[in-house]
Amino acid sequence: MADVRLPSTLTPLFIGLPRRVELEAATVSDVIERLDQEWPGFRDRLCEPGPSLRTHIHVYVDRERATLATPVENGSRVDVIAAISGG
Amino acid sequence: MPRTLLLVGTRKGCFLLESDESRRKWELRGPFCEGWPVYHAVHDPTSGAIYAAAASEWHGSAVWRSRDLGETWALSSEGLAYDAESGRKLSKVSTLAVDDGRVLVGVEAPGIFESRDGAETWSLLSTLEGQPGSEMWDDPANQPPGHLGISALMFDRESPSRFWAIVQGIGVFETQDDAKSWTPRNRGLRADWPRPHEEVGFCVHKLVRSPVDGKRMFQQNHVGMHRSDDEGHSWVEITEGLPTEFGFAAATHPHDRDTFYVVPLDPGHGRTMPEGHAAVWRTKNGGESWQRLDRGLPERDAYVGVLREAMAIDAYDNPGLYFGTSTGQIFASPDEGETWDQIADYLPAISSVEVAVID
Repeated sequence: MADVRLPSTLTPLFIGLPRRVELEAATVSDVIERLDQEWPGFRDRLCEPGPSLRTHIHVYVDRERATLATPVENGSRVDVIAAISGG
Repeated sequence: MPRTLLLVGTRKGCFLLESDESRRKWELRGPFCEGWPVYHAVHDPTSGAIYAAAASEWHGSAVWRSRDLGETWALSSEGLAYDAESGRKLSKVSTLAVDDGRVLVGVEAPGIFESRDGAETWSLLSTLEGQPGSEMWDDPANQPPGHLGISALMFDRESPSRFWAIVQGIGVFETQDDAKSWTPRNRGLRADWPRPHEEVGFCVHKLVRSPVDGKRMFQQNHVGMHRSDDEGHSWVEITEGLPTEFGFAAATHPHDRDTFYVVPLDPGHGRTMPEGHAAVWRTKNGGESWQRLDRGLPERDAYVGVLREAMAIDAYDNPGLYFGTSTGQIFASPDEGETWDQIADYLPAISSVEVAVID
């Protein structure tokens, strides 16, 4: 199981979506797909057509910057960060 | 008693202000849409829904919807994207139009998407492909500041397959066959810059149409006010008498074809009220002459701007006029602009103000 941590900007958009989710997945793309199945539209909030991660969405797997293709292993920690600063 | 509802799109979410028919006391609710920048919020009188076009720096563009006048909200962008193979990128949803339950949204890069299920799913309707100038407008380097793409859409209430679209910095286009074909409608407009195409290259900020005479339109252009008496087929300039030729917002009187309102702004970088003196200007004779309306508005040190969707007028017998500013104030006039009150302050920068009267 991967330990997935989501940003606070994301959870209010989907009823019942928690900040922290444990799930089985082989890649970052799989993580997003699994969450999209349960919360339709989830993928659109993180990915652009292509697909690729949105410009200001950063994903880290075990503290290393990741792409959609980055492998996720059993016990991996996946951090999804809304990365831009602003006011 | 009817409810009067103002829908306010801001840089930090959507707000609602509600009053009764008197339009004297207002209650504010919000922010809604999780603080996403809202470029335009509208009410659909057919379904009763509110729609808000929003674009988050983090989570992309979507249209929010509320079917209970703001009590609950949901968002969707399903289908609201260009194919990756097209090379076009949807960076912003800029403007909304509703007609009989159908919702259109104008986006950047310039295109129009439609929804027929209450903004739950979307499909691409048109990119105005092949129109003069279209070979340039997909390149972000050629687009004007603001990057609105399709900056406005306006339905013909008598003919659902007919509507008008403004391409920011390019001009007005009309379709009569539900976006299968388009015709530029910019004849007679002024442009103080070189244009590669005769029919386009005009900077139309706001287009409005008289509800009592569909042949009569007005537009606030980057350079001048203009009137059309033939549904936009030709335009004449009516700027004389206004303090500046520049502005964004405009509104038509709901019962009088000759009465029309604008908010002239300094055309320089500031784009605020001239000399810090807040005022709406009105013509009652189709632009032959103009009057300054400023009773109750700040007369000095008011360096505020009003954007293209940020003024609205209701349809009561004695119409109310409303505008929101780039510095978060909303001013309301319950008497056709004769007197004004500030009804909200300290809101985020305001992008749009629309009004709905709900029985």
